[in-house]
Amino acid sequence: MPAAASGSRTLGRDLLGLALIALVGLGGYWLFPDNLAFLTRVISVALLVLSLDLIVGYCGIASLGQGALYGAGAYAAGIACVHGITDPVLLILIGAAAGAVMGLLMGAIMLRAHGLPQLVLSIAIVQLLHEAANKASSITGGSDGLSGMSPAPLFGVFEFDLWGRSAYLFGLGLLLIVFAVLRFVTRSPFGMICRGLKEDPLRISALGIYAFPVLLNMFVISGTVAGMGGALAAIATQVVGLDSVSFEVSANALVMLVLGGIGHLYGALIGTVIFMALEHIVAAINPFHWMTLVGAVLIAIVLFAPRGLSGTLDELARLLTRNRWGAGR
Amino acid sequence: MSPVFEVSGLSKAFGGLKVNSDISLAMNEGERLALIGPNGAGKTTFVNLVTGRIPPSAGSVHLAGEDITKLGAVKRVRRGLVRTFQVTRLFPDLTPEEHVVMTILQRLGRATRIFARFHGDSAATDEAAEILATLGLTEVARRKVATIAYGQQRLLEIAIALAQRPKVLLLDEPAAGVPSSDTPRIEEALASLPASLAVLMIEHDMDLVFRFARRVVVLAAGELIFQGLPAEVARDPKVREAYLGSYAHAGS
Amino acid sequence: MQTALSIAVDALAYGMALFIICIGLSLTMGLMRVVNLAHGAFAMIGGYIASYAARDLGLGYAFGIVLAMIGTVLIAVPLERLLYRRIYDRSELSQVLMTIGITFCVIGITNYFFGPTLKTIPLPAELARSVDLGFRGIAGHRLFVIASGLVVAGGLWFLIERTGFGIHLRAAVENAPMARALGIRTEIIYAASFALAIGLAAFGGVVGAEFLPIEPYYALRYMVTFLVVVSVGGAGSIPGALAACLLLGAIDVTARYLVPDFGNFFFYLAVILVVCAFPRGLMGRAQ
Repeated sequence: MPAAASGSRTLGRDLLGLALIALVGLGGYWLFPDNLAFLTRVISVALLVLSLDLIVGYCGIASLGQGALYGAGAYAAGIACVHGITDPVLLILIGAAAGAVMGLLMGAIMLRAHGLPQLVLSIAIVQLLHEAANKASSITGGSDGLSGMSPAPLFGVFEFDLWGRSAYLFGLGLLLIVFAVLRFVTRSPFGMICRGLKEDPLRISALGIYAFPVLLNMFVISGTVAGMGGALAAIATQVVGLDSVSFEVSANALVMLVLGGIGHLYGALIGTVIFMALEHIVAAINPFHWMTLVGAVLIAIVLFAPRGLSGTLDELARLLTRNRWGAGR
Repeated sequence: MSPVFEVSGLSKAFGGLKVNSDISLAMNEGERLALIGPNGAGKTTFVNLVTGRIPPSAGSVHLAGEDITKLGAVKRVRRGLVRTFQVTRLFPDLTPEEHVVMTILQRLGRATRIFARFHGDSAATDEAAEILATLGLTEVARRKVATIAYGQQRLLEIAIALAQRPKVLLLDEPAAGVPSSDTPRIEEALASLPASLAVLMIEHDMDLVFRFARRVVVLAAGELIFQGLPAEVARDPKVREAYLGSYAHAGS
Repeated sequence: MQTALSIAVDALAYGMALFIICIGLSLTMGLMRVVNLAHGAFAMIGGYIASYAARDLGLGYAFGIVLAMIGTVLIAVPLERLLYRRIYDRSELSQVLMTIGITFCVIGITNYFFGPTLKTIPLPAELARSVDLGFRGIAGHRLFVIASGLVVAGGLWFLIERTGFGIHLRAAVENAPMARALGIRTEIIYAASFALAIGLAAFGGVVGAEFLPIEPYYALRYMVTFLVVVSVGGAGSIPGALAACLLLGAIDVTARYLVPDFGNFFFYLAVILVVCAFPRGLMGRAQ
């Protein structure tokens, strides 16, 4: 049966993709043993960018406030850890739950508006939380950051050591699981409707489907993923700073997503890795050069590659195969 | 028999401008009614009022005995009032099969399931295959909509509507933009619509109207000026005036 | 009573400074449909030019303002031709990304040339001293900003509602192809409005420097504030922008006086409430 065949083909492709991510991840582990803390941060941010892709890429809602969801997860996990809940898996789940709740709130507010006011709401929400986290310093540590966490060994066995080996492998495992689940979710009936809403909301409503609950669900899923990313950062660095719930982190996430390609889960990963690697190198030399470079790249993407790296690669691949077909005839 | 669809005294004014005034019509099960009218007669406004896209200034809409005047667009669809679009509104990157499966899943209440495979619902897939076959779309069922002919896209619009199992179907210019070589396929599809379905067709193409409808209403300047048999419509002086202006008087 | 009055004057002056900067953004967004997040970068460039002219060259405040407006427009016009023109009909997201990119570049380049330190614009003696209102003195600079805001609001209203340019502009916005068919050179209209918006931004950047100090991160730090204010007011509406600036300026200044450790909390709380209540902005047009 053709449907089953296409099903097993996509399953094969997914497994291949997951294997590739695992391979690259493990490669990083062997190649850069001294930079594992940085690589863990990359994974944490990759989760944030994936979560943003669900909103921007799959639902077509522009957001510059995704840091609200990431920060909610980071602070929830951090505060829980300080208060004696130290099991890392449990902390990730706490972060996920906090992100989900924040996603529900954020979605409920943002979906009241459209276009520019919607974008402004996303900014206002993350800024509001930033100020609240700053003000509530007795709980969050304020501008000094929240510290004093000591997560228990993973599964009771693997200590979170100074080199961050456990944290990195833990993060890589988490990323693989989340990625697999998101591949499934984006291809579910729900995922299809989301993409439909992005392209033509009127058509979807003419099918008898309400947009609001569908989009709100996506906000909750997105919050769950972002919250896990935040919780991972909290566990790995054992510090939660105000910058985790900020406009800057939100804007950077959007830039990474656009760089990699909106609406592709792989694009989100590629964009994060390239952006953060470059930042790691260039910003260490001079942070202002880094800003100039990011600015120039953004302008170039809008002018020359609006579909991001992965979209552009797709297009190139399509052109190449078409040429081969043409030559064969 | 009580009508399955009834519009009474429906009016819409934008500021002082009356675009629809006091429109009343009723349809029984299995009716084939055509609504015609010159450009600017208020047909689009009428469709928007009936489907709940804009609220009326006055009047009511009943579907299967229920007053749906106050209901939103989505609720009306769920109660069985389904429309097609004058300009094709399809997803260019999806296949016809995916469009129809999505529609069937919605009817079955499974369209927004998160933990399910879109392509894994065999009941929906089988039904979609059946509907696409009746409209002759089997061959292109798995090609992206962007790559199939416009006439086939129009047929897909009808397929989607059928997959919703409507009580009343609003066809908004089903043959608009279709090359004349393809219109027979559309007509064939229209002829094979379920016999019990009430169909209201809004159309410019008079040939199509005469072959399809058993009753015609004419809208001009926001008012219904004629209701009757297709054979009578061309002889009606008010209709001639609406379409031909004063020229009609000069000619007669 | 004294405190209440000085808060009120500061709030009014701050709101007016915001208005002078933001009204240009509101016009580009409402009339030309471009989300120009780099607007604040142009205000900042104006501030730098004025600081250089008034402080380093000793040319005086008034001359600094004029130079700042001319210089910023001269920098902006090539950008309009090279970059902005390509995004007039693109999606909001593209516009946001491109203009954030421009902002980042401006910040990096500014820092390269002028360094990360704060730049002051020395006030002339007339504006630095306080003006006696009989029962109380008020800083002359505050009065100057308030008066400037009123002049800008009135002047723009007159320009758009009462002059030939305004008629052409509104025609080009309502229906560009029709306007072109009538012989209106829309690209010149757009370029002129863009230059006007940038000139006002530079003016606002200079006179508002007492509230929003000039440094490289200015463009990013206040980018959000400007965008928020315009959106709350309803893009393209002069009274809307004025109302939003005065309202949010008042909330911001008052909260900073009374509950300083809350930062911008109440500002953004007000933004969320207003946008939820008026999703199209205070005086936005129905779409």
